[in-house]
Amino acid sequence: MKPATMPTEELMGSGHLACQGCGATQAMRFALKALGPDTALVIPACCWAVIDGSFPHSCIDLPIYHTAFETAAVVASGLKAGLEMRGDTKTTVMAWAGDGGTFDIGLQSLSGAAERNDDFIYVCYDNEAYMNTGIQRSSSTPVGAWTTTTPVTNYKREPKKNMIDIMAAHSIPYIATASTAYPHDFMRKIAKANTFRGTKYIQIFAPCPTGWKLAPELSVKMARLAVTSKMYPLLEITDHGQKLEVWKDFEPTPIAEYMKAQGRFRHLSDAEIAGIEKDVEAKWERLLAKERMLASIPGL
Amino acid sequence: MKKVIMGNHAVSYGVRASEAQVISAYPITPQTHIVELLSEMCGNGEINAKFIKVESEHSAMAACIGASAAGTRAFTATSSQGLLLMHEMLHWAVGARLPIVLANVNRAVGPPWSIWTDQNDSLSQRDVGWFQIYCESNQETQDTVPQAFKIAEQLQMPVMLVLDAFFLSHTYEIVDIIEKEQVRKFLPPYNPEIKIDTKDPHSFGNLAGPDMYMELRYMIQEAMEKGLDVIKKVDDEFREVFGRGYGLIEPYRCDDAEIILVTSGTVASTTRAVIDAMRGEGVAIGALKIRVFRPFPFEEIFAVLSKAKKVAVIDRNISFGCHGIFFQEIKSALYGRTDIPVLGYIAGLGGRDVTPGVIREIAENAISNKNPERYINWIGVKR
Repeated sequence: MKPATMPTEELMGSGHLACQGCGATQAMRFALKALGPDTALVIPACCWAVIDGSFPHSCIDLPIYHTAFETAAVVASGLKAGLEMRGDTKTTVMAWAGDGGTFDIGLQSLSGAAERNDDFIYVCYDNEAYMNTGIQRSSSTPVGAWTTTTPVTNYKREPKKNMIDIMAAHSIPYIATASTAYPHDFMRKIAKANTFRGTKYIQIFAPCPTGWKLAPELSVKMARLAVTSKMYPLLEITDHGQKLEVWKDFEPTPIAEYMKAQGRFRHLSDAEIAGIEKDVEAKWERLLAKERMLASIPGL
Repeated sequence: MKKVIMGNHAVSYGVRASEAQVISAYPITPQTHIVELLSEMCGNGEINAKFIKVESEHSAMAACIGASAAGTRAFTATSSQGLLLMHEMLHWAVGARLPIVLANVNRAVGPPWSIWTDQNDSLSQRDVGWFQIYCESNQETQDTVPQAFKIAEQLQMPVMLVLDAFFLSHTYEIVDIIEKEQVRKFLPPYNPEIKIDTKDPHSFGNLAGPDMYMELRYMIQEAMEKGLDVIKKVDDEFREVFGRGYGLIEPYRCDDAEIILVTSGTVASTTRAVIDAMRGEGVAIGALKIRVFRPFPFEEIFAVLSKAKKVAVIDRNISFGCHGIFFQEIKSALYGRTDIPVLGYIAGLGGRDVTPGVIREIAENAISNKNPERYINWIGVKR
């Protein structure tokens, strides 16, 4: 018998309101297992504003502060300052927002908080569109994807915004990407983030079966294929943006396997998928070159 | 200790004496002195507070919301466009029942750019559920800060104090500076029962269905209605410690007045000088300053105005397509209970001087005006 490697403590109950196969919900459960009970959450408008449950119920046994769409980071700043003024220096504040609330409307206040290096963990659960409002494109939506505002006749032509580079430009102590297919890796990164003082940013790839037109049982598989197809590299950036580590210890898989399983890419021709694969490969090579370049600078 | 200070710094001294714990703000003329001095006070340890220097006013209010939710005393200051940018979070503070105090320096809204005073910034926030207190002097401005915290914390409601740009914000007056040791006798430390605490976890602000939302709104209105008594009581308690108080409204020579001019902010001071001059000429005229605008003191105002034969309201603001905003409220305070004619005057927008001459013109027009149904009388406008 294999020993259990997952903490058995549950801070999230089963009575949540998420769809089947929701990556954002899996991500929350793992994050809370990694952080434990000394944690307060800030949640802006996003799927998680609803998943938690309606008043007076909550599926999470921790304080949650629900706030307006663009304010997750700065409410976390204020909350942390308030807790410290009350003499509570132990509680970890975690802002928990979707990609719309992070890449788009919340970018300004996140940038402000990161520039001040305010002390909290910011997790963006990235399902690559505005899912709570019914699948509209965000600046995190990948090129080629269908959403209700990028219909198949006019699907998304623009590449996904590189949020990781934006956060790295803020010289914060810790940045990481993660995927719901690799919960131990995600939990390790959350726990590691909690050892730094300052702003920590973790972006977890969190499939949305409803919005991606995907069978719910394929949620975890898609989260794995996103990584192994190099669409969503797993990485860590430490030393205030100076050190980059990219995870490479996987068997690469073709992008077509990832894209063809999802209805949101169904309209793409083989030639278009091949074009996307070429771009993904080029970005991957640039990422590895950057990793080598940063490693080659003496003193880092 | 008495000092000659500007109105903006009167706010800072009031915040220092109130021992705010988290301050968050963004610069905007003509408010900036308030937070500049507070930054210095935080830096040199005169006040034990964290100052979160945010990237926008929207974030300033959001940071105050986080800090207040943690159970600490939070303050911000702003003006004009900044207050308008906060609008969404002003609503949030009310719905969340957070006793944040905000000082707004009344500045006209652009375009065209104007840095000078009028009340359209704060009055366009009239329906969000913040208490609004309009100050007339630097002393009153300073003293209103600890009063605002006490009112806010008793009712779990946010309070905005308002002062005129330049006529108060940049004008130097003698102020008897209050110190925290004295204020502690008046304002107890803030320690709310409900706050963000991992030992007592709650979910704040999550989805409430139609079966619950309305009750929460009713409770806000209840807090507002209780607010008038709370403000009076807090004012009395302040008077016991400091020997000064300000009331909800301030009538001046109204007892036997046939005509009463209704004003707010610094226009009230100028108006009193005109009242004295006209009284000297035998005119039975008085003035009523509205200090507390939200909650609106209907009964107190009715008690004063119902004895007059005519009322003239001076508005340094305009609700386009309707009337001056104080005028609307005064009309509703008298509605159905008296048939006193009420005249509305728009003056002083965008910082145009409301001089004794302007006020006399309004008074004389009101006395001779036989057409009170004309609700808007623009004073001094070039057509």
